[in-house]
Formats: sequence, C-alpha cells, structure tokens
Amino acid sequence: MQSPLPTFPEQASNFAGDVDTLFSFILMTTLFFAVLVTVLIIFAAFKFRRRSEMEVGDDVHGNNVLEVGWTLIPTIIAIGIFAWGAAIYVNYRIAPKDTLDIYVIGKQWMWKLQQPNGRKEINELHVPLNRNVKLIMGSEDVIHDFYVPAFRVKMDVVPGRYNTMWFRPIKTGKYHFFCSQYCGTNHAVMGGWVTVMDPAEYAAWLSGESGDVNPVSAGERLFTQLACNTCHIANGTGRAPSLNGVFGANVLLADGSTVVANEAYIRESILQPKAKIVAGYLPVMPTFQGLVTEEQILNLTAYIKSLQTQPVPAKGGGIAPATAGKK
Amino acid sequence: MPEKHYLNATYGIRSWLLTTDHKRIALLYLASVTFFFFVGGFFAMMIRLHLLTPNGYLLTPDLYNRMFTMHGVTMVFFFLIPSIPAILGNFLIPIMIGAKDLAFPKINLLSWYIYVVGGLFTLWSMVNGGLDTGWTFYTPLSTVYSNSAVAPAVVGVFITGFSSILTGLNFLVTVHTMRAPGMTWFRLPLFVWAHYATSIVMILGTPVIAITLALAAMERLFGLGFFNPAMGGDPILFQHLFWFYSHPAVYIMILPAMGVISELIPTFARKRLFGYHFVAAASLAIAVIGFLVWTHHMFLTGQSTYAAVAFSFLTFIVAIPSAIKTFNWTATLFGGSISFDTPMLYAFGFLGLFMIGGLTGLFLGALGVDINIHDTYFVVAHFHYIMVGGAVMGYLGGLHFWWPKITGRMYPEWLARIAAFILFIGFNFTFFPQFILGIMGMPRRYHMYPPEFQIYNVMSTAGASILAIGYLLPMVYLTWAAFYGKVAGDNPWPATGLEWKTQSPPLTENFDVTPVVTWEAYDFHNRPDLQLDVPSGKGSPVVAPAHGDD
Repeated sequence: MQSPLPTFPEQASNFAGDVDTLFSFILMTTLFFAVLVTVLIIFAAFKFRRRSEMEVGDDVHGNNVLEVGWTLIPTIIAIGIFAWGAAIYVNYRIAPKDTLDIYVIGKQWMWKLQQPNGRKEINELHVPLNRNVKLIMGSEDVIHDFYVPAFRVKMDVVPGRYNTMWFRPIKTGKYHFFCSQYCGTNHAVMGGWVTVMDPAEYAAWLSGESGDVNPVSAGERLFTQLACNTCHIANGTGRAPSLNGVFGANVLLADGSTVVANEAYIRESILQPKAKIVAGYLPVMPTFQGLVTEEQILNLTAYIKSLQTQPVPAKGGGIAPATAGKK
Repeated sequence: MPEKHYLNATYGIRSWLLTTDHKRIALLYLASVTFFFFVGGFFAMMIRLHLLTPNGYLLTPDLYNRMFTMHGVTMVFFFLIPSIPAILGNFLIPIMIGAKDLAFPKINLLSWYIYVVGGLFTLWSMVNGGLDTGWTFYTPLSTVYSNSAVAPAVVGVFITGFSSILTGLNFLVTVHTMRAPGMTWFRLPLFVWAHYATSIVMILGTPVIAITLALAAMERLFGLGFFNPAMGGDPILFQHLFWFYSHPAVYIMILPAMGVISELIPTFARKRLFGYHFVAAASLAIAVIGFLVWTHHMFLTGQSTYAAVAFSFLTFIVAIPSAIKTFNWTATLFGGSISFDTPMLYAFGFLGLFMIGGLTGLFLGALGVDINIHDTYFVVAHFHYIMVGGAVMGYLGGLHFWWPKITGRMYPEWLARIAAFILFIGFNFTFFPQFILGIMGMPRRYHMYPPEFQIYNVMSTAGASILAIGYLLPMVYLTWAAFYGKVAGDNPWPATGLEWKTQSPPLTENFDVTPVVTWEAYDFHNRPDLQLDVPSGKGSPVVAPAHGDD
C-alpha cells in the first residue's frame, strides 16, 4: 500500500510498514528538536541583538541542571530509538523456518537467480504473494548488494561466503531491485525487477519453462562426477560420513564442538575440508577450491539438502540425530 | 599596519620553503589545501553535471566512477582532514597558549612536505589511470578487479597519513608543555581543546589506515591474499580495518570545526561559552567514543547480529556529546550581545546544518531503518551536511574571523555576508534533495538512474552551481583583502583570546614578552583592555541600557 510518508516507495513487504513507522517516529522526534533549537536560536538572535557598539553580554557560566537535563533526555530518546531499530533488524536477520529458498548469484554485472525447482532467471525475481521468501546469496567476484526499495530490504552479497535475507511480499506488482554496493563499471545497471504474483500464478509460472535442470538432479550428477560418492557412502561404510540426514543436523566435530550443518557449512566443507573435521573421521578430504563454481556448490547443496529425509545409517560416526528444527 | 611582522620578516622563496615559523607553514598549507579543494571541487562539478540526465550523457561509466572516487579521496584526505588543523590550528595554537611556536617547528615543516609529496603522488595517479574504486577501496574490487591506478593512489594516501600523525603529535606536546604562565587547562580556548581531542584521534587512528592501505597495496602489487576470498582472504576484514580509522577520521574533520564555532559564538555574542567544562569534556568524549562505532558502516555485510546491535547502541551514544555542544552553543546566545558579522553568519549556518546532518545520523544508526537507506543517497546527504554544512562552514567562518590576524587586513564585510548567504542557499538546494532521493531508493555511486529520480537530481545540480559561486567569492575577495583590505588593528572584533593581544599580523616570535594569563576564556567582564561597556555593579550598568529590554 502507499506509504504514509511522501516520496516513499510503496509498502510491498512485511517489513515496509515497520520500517516506515520507525522512520516516521525518528523524523517527528528529530524535527521536534531541530525546530525547537532553530526557533530558540532565531529568537535569541533577535532578542539579544547588539544595541550599542560596545555592549557586552551577561556573565553566565552555565547551569548544571540544564546540562544534566539535556544530556539525559536525548540519551533516553536515543536508547528508545536504538531498541526499536534493533528489534526490527533482529527479526530481519533471523529468517523464519518455513521459507521458500531462492539462490542468488551476483557477478559483474548481472544477477543469476534460481528458483527451488531449478527454474533460472536473469535480473528478474518472481516470488509468490504472502510466502516467506529467503534469498541465499553468493558472489562470483566482488561485493554486490541486493536491494528492493519497495520491500525496504537489502543485504550485501560477499564473495567467499553466503549471506541470506528474507521477506514476505504483501502486494502483487513489479518492483525495482538494485545492486547497492559499488562493484565497478556497470554497477548502476546491475538491477532488475521483482515480480510478486498470486500463489496460483506463481505456481503456474514456475512450472512453465521446461528444459531447466532441477538443482537437486544437477547436484546428484555432480556428486558422482566429482567422486564424492566414493567416500560419502550412503550406508555409512565409507571413509567419510554419510550425508543422509546431515543437512540441518548438529554435527559433532573432532575438537568436541558442535556445528549446525547449514549451507555455509556445506560450502566450507567442500572448499576448505580441513576447517571442520567430523568426530571419528580422518582429515583426508581433498579441497575442491577452483574445481567447482558457486553455482555448482549451490547444486551440490540442494542435493545434500534432499538427503535430509533419507535414513541415517546405524554406523552414524559423529552425526547426531537430526534435531527438531530442520534448518 | 605594523612595520615588522612574520610576513615581511624575511624575503625570498627559500625563506618560505624552508621556514619553521608555524604561521608561514600555515600559509603553505593554505595554498596547497586550497589547491586540492579546487581539484576535488572540479570532480564534484563533473558528477553533478553528468547526473542532470538519467541516461549518462556526459561521461562513460568508467570515467564517472573515477569522478566520484577521486572527489572523495581528494576531499577527505587532502582537504577536510588537514584543513582546519593544518591551517588554523598551526597558525593559532601557539599564539592562543602564549608560546613562540609549536614544540617541533622543523617537524611541522616536514609535515607539510609529506602532505605535498603524498598529494602529488595521488594526483599523478589520478591523471595516469585514475581511480575508480570509491574512496572506500573495498576489496576485492580494489585489490583484484579494478583497472585503475589503485596502488600509487593508495601509496599517496599512505604517505600523507604521516603528515596527520606528526601534526597531531606536535599539537599534543605543544599543549602539554608550552602553555604560558597562568594558562591553565581550564583557561584554554575551546579551539585548543578541540584540537587536543582531534590530535588524539589523529595519532591513534592514522596508523591503522596506513597499515590497511599498505596491505591493500601489497595485495594488489604482489598478488597476496589478505582480503581476497579466492585466496582464503576476507573482504570484510578490510572493511573493519578501513573503518576503524575512517570513522574516527570524520571526527578529525568535525572536531576542529566545532572548536572554531566555540570561538565564534562567544566572540560575537560577547558572552562566555555556556558550559565551558561540558563542551571541553564533550570534545574528548567524541574522540574516545568515536573509536567504538566503526561497524555501523557494515550493518549489512552479513556480520554477527549481536555485533550490529552493540555498534548501533554505541552509535547513538556518540551522538549525545554533539547534542550537548549544540545546546551549549544555543544557550550562549541567551543574554548575549549578538552581532551578525560574517563569521557569526557562518556559525549560525553551522548550527543549523550540523544539526540536520547529525540528526540524520540517527536514522542511519537505527538498524531497522538502515536496512532501507544504507548505501543510498540518504547517506550521501547525511555526510555532506556534516562535512560541508558543518566542517566547511566552520572552516570558512574561522578563515574570515582570523583573516585580520593572519593578514593584518579586513575582508569586505558586505560582500562576505552575501557570499555566506549564497553558500547557505546553494548548499541546501544541492543536498536536501539527496535525502529524498535516498528515501525513494536511489543507490549511491550510480552513473545512470531510473527516470523518476531525475527531478531531484536536477535540483541538486542547480544548487551545486549556486554553491560553487558561494565558494569562489571568498577565494577571490579574501585574496584581494590580504593585499588591499582595510587595516585591521590588533583586535577588530574585539575578542578575548591571547592571539588578539598581539599585533596583526603577528611578529615571527608572536609575543615580544611571554604573556602571563590571569583571566578565564571568553571573560568579557574582566577585560578592561577590550574597552567594552561592562556593567559596573549589580543592577547599575555603566553606559548603555540593559539589552533585550525594548
């Protein structure tokens, strides 16, 4: 819907209303103090203007009560604004569990997006109305940023790691998205359109284009091609842990700590396998740095995610049973 | 005009280029800093002209990207950081405390040479390949992907950093060890307190940017991998190191300007600064807390949510001392005897514009709002309000206020007032529309933009042309006034600082006899030498009727 504030874009996501409300509050508060101080300055400049050339002002040192007052009151207001902003942000940074996950790769100077069923888009993102959508984003080169003004959300896309962001579209329509972290020559044209569709239309659109390989199948093929399956044997008899049920589980590491097996863990295990060794296993996995692209890693991850529901072998090695929370 | 002073004490180019007189060094800085201001201003002009249309009619993308990068690098490192400290600070601090010079006069000269060498290095790289990484040099764009002269530019900035460090060192030692008898800490002008706080930041912060740029240069030149993820490095590490200095750096830019305002308001209201101790403490608080907020530039890099929350909290805290100062400056006006000479007009301009700039920082520090306006034109407007509306206004106000002391001659008052107005109006037309652009969603550093953003871009460019006139006028008339202005005398305003008890222009050794200080700063009531109408007792003013009584 229209934002109550002039010149603001439409409010098209679950965050937009909250962000605009906080913005309005800060605006009213800062306007109040700015106007107050400005009026005081203009008043004083007029009332205490010099009347004769040699005139001096009063001999006043200060007032401690005023000092304490105008320190404490702004501090309290500032902390209030901080807390409100932090609440919105924490909600934004911690995605809900039931999200529609879309993979996003930013590269100079275009965006490649992949829907859960494998359908790919370039510089376009189609999402269904009223679904929680999570973008899992990687970069192939420099830092980019995915920004949707109408949703009031953005997140940097940093090479060497995944960043995630989530939102729930609340209004159908087409909205700008921009790259919002300077990334070189064509930074300004590295944008596109987010299209929010009714769920039925989205489903129809999603299954529309044939010929795209679904990432799980692509990942499964890679898993064999790259010989992952020779060590990561499903029934747990290999020299590497079975990957059944791994995704989302707590993994016990050789140093006694545990880590949740999320997308970032999978990616790190492929590129820097010696970073985290599963308890009960030897550090023998070779690195695939330079041998797989970011997209291939996403496909492998999608395949490994699909193994969540596979039976975990009895000889589970260091893998604890999957906990209630899946992701 | 006095017969002998620091300008005519010795003649010839060598007596200037090999001077150790802090006043002459200040003028050397004035010339070189003004040069870089115009270089940076040229880049700004190119940016604003290009952005008149949405489709990039004037410059290629690579050329535009060089314009905004080089505008930022020039203005930050070669104009804003040195401006007030190296020009006004160098000229005034020894005189304000009753000393003959700074503690290390030769190092002062070395500081200037280092600045010039670094500046020329960077200037050379700007015309030989240019720089298109943004002044923030984020990696791996700057260290791996950019096709511009990153390494030499970064080396130039690295070199210039030492100028900052040495100046800060000089100021700290001078204030500690060379105050005249009776010039206790709490009798110091707040200009000195402000530069003391600034010097702490210069000394502690600048080495960090030095090492960061050195690492970035090594990565670029030798293919090392500190910040390059393809080699196991971390691009976010660069940002932490960069901002650890570059946030405190903005306090290096604003604290001296606040110090100027703390001189102007008491002088032109003929009244002590309200809450002197609180303002002094606030300067130190800003310097210290300013080191604890750097990650607010990185709220959306994917770093720890807890860290973001902590840094947002600290960011709100750092705003408080600035608010305290603003309230104290305002309170000083009440009960004063206010005149509207040009320096005071700049002080009023500072109050309004710094307030807007500072308050808009609250929007950015609030995490939930930053998600939306980070990396948009809202940020650009915010920092220009503080840097230009604040720091540059403070610089120009100070330049006008002390011009009679520096040159012995007055600038033309009415022309100067008109220029101040032109500047104020031009400034607001340039940068206020940029807040709106940010809210609408226009990202920064865009050589092209969607057509719905055009109207505010055109407004901004129109404002910039007015702003340019506001800058050119003082350049012209201050230069003219230095040679042909009305002779000013020792203390034309009159003001209470020690610098106004010397001749204008001062002798090379500032004072022929070391002064002994027995009065507080801005004490108009106990300074019979100023010959003002001070009320003699309670309720019985000597001459004029009590003001504010009409």
